[in-house]
Amino acid sequence: MINDKEKKFILKELNKYENSDAVIVESLKFVQKRLGWISLDTMSEISKIISVPVSKIESIATFYNQIFRKPVGKNIIKYCDGVVCYINGYKKIKNAISKHLNINTGCTTKDNKFTLIPICCLGNCDNSPTIMINENLFSNITVKSAINILESIK
Amino acid sequence: MNNYFYKYEETHPLTWRIKKFKKTIFIDEYENKRGYLALKFALKNLSPDEVVSIIKKSKLKGRGGGGFLTGEKWSLIPKKNYFGKTYLLCNADEMEPGTYKDRFLMEKIPHLLLEGILLSAYAIQASCSYIFLREEYFLSKFLLEKSILEAKEKRYIGKNILNSGFNIEIFIHTGAGRYICGEETALINSLEGKRPNPRSKPPFPSQSGLWNKPTCVNNVETLSNVPAIILNGYKWYKNISKNNDTGTKLMGFSGKVKKPGLWELPFGTTSREILEDYAGGMKDGYNLKAWFPGGAGTGILTKHYLDISMDFNSLNLVGSRLGTGICIAVDNKINIVSLLLNIEIFFSRESCGWCTPCREGLPWSVKILKDLKNKKGRIGDIEILEEICKNLSIGKTFCAFAPGAISPLYNAIKYFRKEFENGIDFNLPIIKNKVFGIQSNNLNNI
Repeated sequence: MINDKEKKFILKELNKYENSDAVIVESLKFVQKRLGWISLDTMSEISKIISVPVSKIESIATFYNQIFRKPVGKNIIKYCDGVVCYINGYKKIKNAISKHLNINTGCTTKDNKFTLIPICCLGNCDNSPTIMINENLFSNITVKSAINILESIK
Repeated sequence: MNNYFYKYEETHPLTWRIKKFKKTIFIDEYENKRGYLALKFALKNLSPDEVVSIIKKSKLKGRGGGGFLTGEKWSLIPKKNYFGKTYLLCNADEMEPGTYKDRFLMEKIPHLLLEGILLSAYAIQASCSYIFLREEYFLSKFLLEKSILEAKEKRYIGKNILNSGFNIEIFIHTGAGRYICGEETALINSLEGKRPNPRSKPPFPSQSGLWNKPTCVNNVETLSNVPAIILNGYKWYKNISKNNDTGTKLMGFSGKVKKPGLWELPFGTTSREILEDYAGGMKDGYNLKAWFPGGAGTGILTKHYLDISMDFNSLNLVGSRLGTGICIAVDNKINIVSLLLNIEIFFSRESCGWCTPCREGLPWSVKILKDLKNKKGRIGDIEILEEICKNLSIGKTFCAFAPGAISPLYNAIKYFRKEFENGIDFNLPIIKNKVFGIQSNNLNNI
């Protein structure tokens, strides 16, 4: 269920644009921040608020890779698989995380604590390899530091 | 002589205010270091046409990869706007693998970008500007929001700025993770709340862009150059370059180099100078095998081209592009086929799927590269890759995404064909050795 705060935010965002379609991405992201993912019900609620057909919202939601259409874990681990991180060995980091959490890319741990996904170059190539957990960027990652970071997250 | 114009020997229009690249420059420090002087001067003394003319004369080229002359782009915006509104969009959707220059500018000196936006908006008489920011740049968003508030308080943003009668609103719009949004028309579609497929041109955005209004899209680094040009003049801007491309550029090296990073350098600096003098050369135990001049979407070059001048023309002449100007070093321990596989997986994943050559061609190249990497390639595979490269070249697809995607592959086959040949298993039967077109139904007729 979309709460009053979210509804207020979406309506406020409408002032920024000439049409209500333009707030779809921002609305989806704002609601996703609390709920973790975007269900069909969420989309129909947004649809009612901004008067845009659900089909249109769904077509947007499915296009972008940071809008999640399935439940995800509490913490999203994004490993950069850009070309510089490739050169600097992102695969080792990814495999270590994958082994430590016992999940493959695109999957969520059984306790719903972590989801592991790839991401386009994070623009941190001078500090590569790099990963992002939720909104935090971690630079010059090694296998050891990656595991330490994961263990420090409650 | 005007108070604002005085002999100024500064040679780094983008970074001279930043001390050791550490702290963010906020409004007080920015103003103390001649910040917003260009805006004050332009609003008081220059007409919008004069601003366009100065930028035209400066020969400032777009720093987002295209290299189109900024002043020319601005002059395409209709002077008499019958549509009520003109938009200026700042392209801050930096997702090119290997590029980190816009993030650097937004995190270190956000007011320079804002001043650039204000001057550019004044030049094209835009009343609304959106900064299309990549979602993952959380710190940039925070700093830009803070800077916009600061600038609003000082009346640099809003209505009747500095009593000049000029009005402008600046909004931040964050994306949700798609590389194609960096393409000019896809960015416009994304902002409008449509699926970000590129639009066919004409009409060009300057005539009919965001919500069918005249729209100009400029990159962060391009806009950040504008204040210095207005303040110091176009002659000064031309003189700080070493060659025909004017001004400076954020250039750098990443990969297995001793000091990966970026530096503001004049055009005409060679990539060898950047690699050896600034990035400290390759790390011990690694040798340079190849390099990309400006992100993963630019043609790969061998070390024999290291003495080339980093500018638009010189790199075009050797079959590559300046792109975003941030070089990537590929060391001798990297297999070129595997590297290209990584790049083409990225481009194949990020293709919007709007036009067939890109949608079908890139996954096909991935499939072949996977086979070659696993030593299971067939005779004729390299020729098919070459054919795919031809069919995804400039003019064959809707936008510049596919030509960018295959240019490293094209060059890699040219320079490192042996490594591709090493992936071929000669025991496998030959299926085909020549392909005309990339449609699968054509294959049976050959």
